[in-house]
Amino acid sequence: MVTIDPTKDAPDLADIRPSTRTVKETTGYRIFKYANYFTLLMISAITLYPFINLVAKAFSAEGYIAAGQVNLIPRGFNTTTFAAVMSDSMFWINYRNTVVYTVVATAIAMVLTTTFAYALAKKHLKGRSIFVGIAVFTMFFSGGLIPNYLLINSIGFKNTIWAIVIPNAISVFNLLIMKSFFENFPTELEEAAAIDGLSTYGIFGRIVLPLSKAVLATMILFYAVSFWNSWFQAFLYMDRSELYPVTIYLRNLLAAATSMEDMGSDNVQIASNVQSVTMVLTVLPIVCVYPFIQRFFVSGVMLGSVKG
Amino acid sequence: MSTDVTINSADRSSTAVETVAPPIKSRRRNKRGGYHQTWREAIRKDWRLYTFLILPLVFLAIFRYLPMAGNIIAFRRFRPGGSLFGDYWVGFYYFEMFWNDPTFWRVFTNTIIIGALSLAIVFPLPIILALLLNEVRVRRFKRVVQTITYLPHFMSIVIVAGIVFQLTSLDGTINQIIRAVGADPISFMQDPSWFRPIYIGSEIWQTVGWGTILYLAALTTIDDQLYEAARIDGANRWQQTWHVTIPGITPTMVVLLILNIGSFLAVGFEKILLLYNPLLYPTADVISTYLYRVGIASGSYSYSTAIGLFEAIIGLTLVLSANAISRRLVGSSLW
Repeated sequence: MVTIDPTKDAPDLADIRPSTRTVKETTGYRIFKYANYFTLLMISAITLYPFINLVAKAFSAEGYIAAGQVNLIPRGFNTTTFAAVMSDSMFWINYRNTVVYTVVATAIAMVLTTTFAYALAKKHLKGRSIFVGIAVFTMFFSGGLIPNYLLINSIGFKNTIWAIVIPNAISVFNLLIMKSFFENFPTELEEAAAIDGLSTYGIFGRIVLPLSKAVLATMILFYAVSFWNSWFQAFLYMDRSELYPVTIYLRNLLAAATSMEDMGSDNVQIASNVQSVTMVLTVLPIVCVYPFIQRFFVSGVMLGSVKG
Repeated sequence: MSTDVTINSADRSSTAVETVAPPIKSRRRNKRGGYHQTWREAIRKDWRLYTFLILPLVFLAIFRYLPMAGNIIAFRRFRPGGSLFGDYWVGFYYFEMFWNDPTFWRVFTNTIIIGALSLAIVFPLPIILALLLNEVRVRRFKRVVQTITYLPHFMSIVIVAGIVFQLTSLDGTINQIIRAVGADPISFMQDPSWFRPIYIGSEIWQTVGWGTILYLAALTTIDDQLYEAARIDGANRWQQTWHVTIPGITPTMVVLLILNIGSFLAVGFEKILLLYNPLLYPTADVISTYLYRVGIASGSYSYSTAIGLFEAIIGLTLVLSANAISRRLVGSSLW
């Protein structure tokens, strides 16, 4: 399958720059080199530690957590909390909501962003710079929390999926990435298709989109991760627990624990165990796909930076 | 426009041969040598492309520009259930109100302190990490460090907040270390003096690795002949970094700095909302969280819109001035 993949031409950021290969190894530089490896190892360890700690707590017995004895390895290994959280039907309802919201929101966002970017990428289009300006201005000035809140409520989106999947449908950052990709799309292909009698719709649907799969995949991932992780829209507009995404489920656990801690209750430790399990289950899908999608994200950001 | 219309209505009544002629006659060459196109001609030719714009523009009009217009309630009395744009004018009443509100000035100060700390501490760290990564000569090692440090960027803010609670709780890792050295455990999330370090620490953890990408990308564009020339001139590795690498990534630094300055006042609203509690208000409460409480929790819509508008205008002013200054001083800017 042929695709135009600008990410393939992007430099691999893990590549070693030639300038470092030819550095003269003075004693000073050698000391720096080892200190540098050590520093980077420490940074990696510190970055990973909270995740390992979460997993350890998720599988530990409450007594050990309460005594402050759990750090890297689970102590009093058990899976009872896992079983407890996973048997909570509300957790699964919220989890399913997250999946549904993410899929619908990503689909809407992709339709709007792709068509918008394609039209804006046509240099001959009259009024193009005005439309680009209209979009870019929203990056630097926005309506603010309250007017948005009042608007969403007044159009009846409260307690509906639309409050989550519509208001953030166009990310201007993603729009600019797509636009610069379409601008570099080989015009000969489109001209040939036009001569063969395809209309703009035909060219877009049958020539441009199939050839842009790599960029479309990157955009889908950008949107999907941001919708998967979002919580604030749901926090503002959802009143009923069966509509919550899993991030709100988790937020409510955290909030309950914090207020208990304020009152000095003993339930804090139990909460800590449940929290860890819920967090592990929430991040699991992202951590699992992360090694495979990371490349797309990196190249997507670099596509965007070409413009800036 | 009016002449166009008359020509066109005349066209319709005349023969087919004549209909082609008038538009060609009316075309003028513009400066670039192309033909000047009227909107009517453009839409007739590209109407399919314009249909692509309809939905996105409707979206922007409703969900971006309508709320912008909704800011007008900062100057008007708003009644719940009444018009989105308020009932009657009250002038700068709400602005005077927050101007005289001591809580506003407390959250304003907190915002500036947290924003300044982020700019001073969190902003430079990705640059340093990118420079350190640049000195690594083992490709595999570099890739592993990159993969690990990018990971927190993909976590929901709720997860980050949860991790902060876990690490700082009385039985958490930080207090385990404190106990191990024989000191008394600290209730971090109930002590206002600890909020800023915790907030900045979590920002560093989540953003520094991912922040290196743009710098590493900029590093790949630096011409190796520059390093060679520097070496011939006797520059050691440190001098090469200082005189070749840093200037090479300066445009990237400037652009990111401008963007950071623009969001200076919008400091991590969602994260603070998740992390703070009334005990932490003295240091943790910022403009956006105060606005949220006053507006959505207490329903003082006009008052909090006035605060939000004030914040947005400062933000816009900061971006524009940072951009203008950097264009003059460094020669690189956003636009």
